[in-house]
Amino acid sequence: MTLTHYLILSFILFGIGVAGVLVRRNVIVVLMSLELIFNSVNISLAAFSYYLQSLNGTVFVILSITVAAAEVAIGLAILVAVYRTRKAVNVDELDEMKG
Amino acid sequence: MFEQFFFYIFATVAIVSAICVISVRNPVHSAVFLIVCLLQVAAIFVLLRSPFLAAAQVFIYVGAVMVLFLFAVMVLDMGKAHWKEHLHGQSAPAAVLAGILFILLGYMALKGRMTAPLGTYNEAALVKNTEVVGRALFTKYIFPFEVVSVILLLALVGAIALVMREKRP
Repeated sequence: MTLTHYLILSFILFGIGVAGVLVRRNVIVVLMSLELIFNSVNISLAAFSYYLQSLNGTVFVILSITVAAAEVAIGLAILVAVYRTRKAVNVDELDEMKG
Repeated sequence: MFEQFFFYIFATVAIVSAICVISVRNPVHSAVFLIVCLLQVAAIFVLLRSPFLAAAQVFIYVGAVMVLFLFAVMVLDMGKAHWKEHLHGQSAPAAVLAGILFILLGYMALKGRMTAPLGTYNEAALVKNTEVVGRALFTKYIFPFEVVSVILLLALVGAIALVMREKRP
């Protein structure tokens, strides 16, 4: 097992997450793809932490999991608030703020 | 040898379920596939000798975040009408862009040579992961830890304030 194995897994998950954000229109699925991206970054941080024998990566993963939980809570609350006023769940129907 | 075998199992299931997350129509099925993917990531954390991370992953992501997602799907009331989202005209350039990013990242992951000095923790210290992480979190990283706790409090208050309906008298 080398670091490259974990990095390749991480980049594959990252690419799938980016593809989900770009291709899908449903806001909830877009948020789920963001979670995939978060997780791929967490894998690579943990892998670096293990193979460099340093704990900084592990601590960063803990902090990033916490921030991701906060982000999901706020994001879904915004979604519910938007859905109440607009009745729309697709990202391209929510384009009032474009410049 | 065993480690490699299990790594390939976990990685394959994680990638397949991630592809299912972005390709199935029903958001509830997406959430279930995301749970599978996050559990595989927790298993990979175990392979990386970080059992505390694996436990936190299972508790926070699989326990809390996914319940939140399922609640949101329920509140948003996405009936079958919303399953048939037309993939809009943007999807072809988006797929091309994602492909380019994929190739670029793959090239960097395969060719990148990373050198850095090894840290102070040897294998034996990393096996006692939870203790070492806890000590680092409460001594060296106490300030980020406190900042993150304030962020959590803000998220709690913000989420309640966003969703609360004001009562009309």
